[in-house]
Amino acid sequence: MALVRTFRLPHLEDYPVQVALFKNVTNATFLRSQLLAANPDFDYAFLDATMILSPLPLLLTTSLTLQAYLSSTLRTRTPHSELVFRLHPNNNIGESYRKFGISDTTTHLIAIKLSLPPTEVTNESVSKHLAEVVEGESVPIGDEGEELGLWADVAKIRKIYKLNDGGKGRAKGKREVAVNGGARVRDEKKEMESVIMGIMVLKGT
Amino acid sequence: MAHSVAEPVPTIAPLSPPSPPPTDRPLHTLPAPFTTSNLQLLAQGAEALVYKTTFLTPNTPCVVKYRPPKPYRHPILDKRLTKARLLAEARVLVRAGREGVSVPRVLGADWEGGWLVLSWVGGGSVRQVLDGWAERVKRGEQKAEQALMDGEILDLMRRIGRCVGRLHDIGISHGDLTTSNIMLQSPSQESGPQPPLGGEITLIDFGLASHITPNSADEEGAVDLYVLERAFAATHPAAEPLFQEVLKAYSESWKGAKSVMKRLEDVRLRGRKRSMLG
Ligand SMILES: Nc1ncnc2c1ncn2[C@@H]1O[C@H](COP(=O)(O)OP(=O)(O)OP(=O)(O)O)[C@@H](O)[C@H]1O
Ligand SMILES: [Mg+2]
Repeated sequence: MALVRTFRLPHLEDYPVQVALFKNVTNATFLRSQLLAANPDFDYAFLDATMILSPLPLLLTTSLTLQAYLSSTLRTRTPHSELVFRLHPNNNIGESYRKFGISDTTTHLIAIKLSLPPTEVTNESVSKHLAEVVEGESVPIGDEGEELGLWADVAKIRKIYKLNDGGKGRAKGKREVAVNGGARVRDEKKEMESVIMGIMVLKGT
Repeated sequence: MAHSVAEPVPTIAPLSPPSPPPTDRPLHTLPAPFTTSNLQLLAQGAEALVYKTTFLTPNTPCVVKYRPPKPYRHPILDKRLTKARLLAEARVLVRAGREGVSVPRVLGADWEGGWLVLSWVGGGSVRQVLDGWAERVKRGEQKAEQALMDGEILDLMRRIGRCVGRLHDIGISHGDLTTSNIMLQSPSQESGPQPPLGGEITLIDFGLASHITPNSADEEGAVDLYVLERAFAATHPAAEPLFQEVLKAYSESWKGAKSVMKRLEDVRLRGRKRSMLG
C-alpha cells in the first residue's frame, strides 16, 4: 500500500482530497503515457514535486479547482487537469502541463485525486491503486503536509512566478531594515508563498 | 468604514428609522461554499461583512470579506462594482506583499460570488496600544517603567512612519489609514488586550486603497497621513508628540516624503475649514 494523506479543506469537507508523495520514481514515462492516453484509471493530477514550494499553494490550487468545479466554471476538460492548469501563472494549458505536470524525467512525484460525487474515492482505493502503478518509494505526509515542499526547486519556482524583480532591484534584506527596523529576520519562503498564492487567486482576472 | 459589531447605532426618536436588524447573525445568505458553521461575524460595514473562519487547513485562521448584493443597485452594475472593488483590494495586497510590506495574504476569492479570503492578522492594533498608553498617562503610573515604555513606544512610532513611507514609495495609498488598521502581528497569533510593541507592523483593510500616480502622489499620501493624525488626536491629547515621531520617520523614509509633508499642511487647512463650517 502507498501512503496517502486525506486533506479536508475547511468549507469543502464534502470533497476530500487524497494526496500521495513518492521519491525515486522510475516509471514516470509510463505514468505520463497513461495520462496522455486518457486511461480512465489514471484520473489523477500527477505533479512534479520540484515545482511545489509548500503545501499551502497546493491546497489553494485544490480549493480553486473545487470552487470552479462546483460553479461549473472549469476552464479545462477535467477537474484534475484544472488543478495542474491553476498552478501555472499564465493561461496556457499545455505549458501548465509541461511545467507542473509529470514529465519523463520526473523522479519526485505528487499524486492528487479529488473525490467528486457520485464517484466514491477513498484513501484505501487510492493507496491500493498507486501502490500497483507507481514504481518509487512512498513518502509519508504529516498533518500539515510540509513534506510536499521537501523537493522544491526554489530557483525554478522563482523563475516561473517571476519572483526575482520585486523591490525595484533593491536587496530584500535591506528593505526589511528600512521597514521593520531589522528586528525580524524575513522568512523568504513565506514571502514567496504569499506572492505565489496571490498570483494564483488573481490568475485570469 | 467598518462599524464594530458592538457599536451602538444612534437613533433619533420619534422620527427614528426602523431599528436595524440584530447584528449578531448574518443579514445575508452566505455565498458558497460558506455556511454558518465555523464562521464568526467580526464586523459589518456599509459595504462588507467580515467573518473569521479557517481556510485551506484547519490551522489557517482567516477573514472572509463578503460584499453582499445591494438591492438598491441595478444587479448587473452591482456585480461589476463588487468585482472591481474586490479585485482592486486583492491586487493592491498582492503588490504590497511582493514589495515586502507586511499585509494579509490573499488566500482565496470568488469575484462573482463577492468574497475575498485574507489571512488572519493576530496580535492587536496600534489603537489598542495607544489606548493602553493613554490610560497609563492619565493614571500617572510608575515613572521608571513609563520611561522604558516610552522608549519602546517611540521606536514603534518610527517603525509606523517608515512602514507608511514604504507603502507610498511603492505607489500605494491606503485610503483608510486609522490606528485600527495598523496591526502589531505577534508570532503567537493570539489577540490580547495589549499587543506586543515589538510585533511586526502589518497594515489591514485595503478596501479603499489605490495605486497612486505621480500626479496624485502628494495628495493621496497627505490624506493618508492626515487620517492617521486625526486618529492619533482622537486617542488622547498626549498622543500628539507620538505622532510627531511618526511624521519624522516618515519624512526621512522615502524620496517623495518631503513634498507629501508639504501637501499635508494644505490638507490640514482644508480639514479645519470644513470643521469650522460644521
Ligand atoms: N486580516 C485580518 N486579520 C484580522 N482582523 C481583520 C483582518 N481584516 C479585517 N479584520 C478585522 O475586521 C474589521 C473590518 O475589516 P475591514 O476594515 O477590512 O472591512 P470593512 O471596513 O468592512 O471593509 P471596507 O473598508 O473594505 O469597506 C477590521 O477593523 C479588523 O478588526
Ligand atoms: Mg474598514
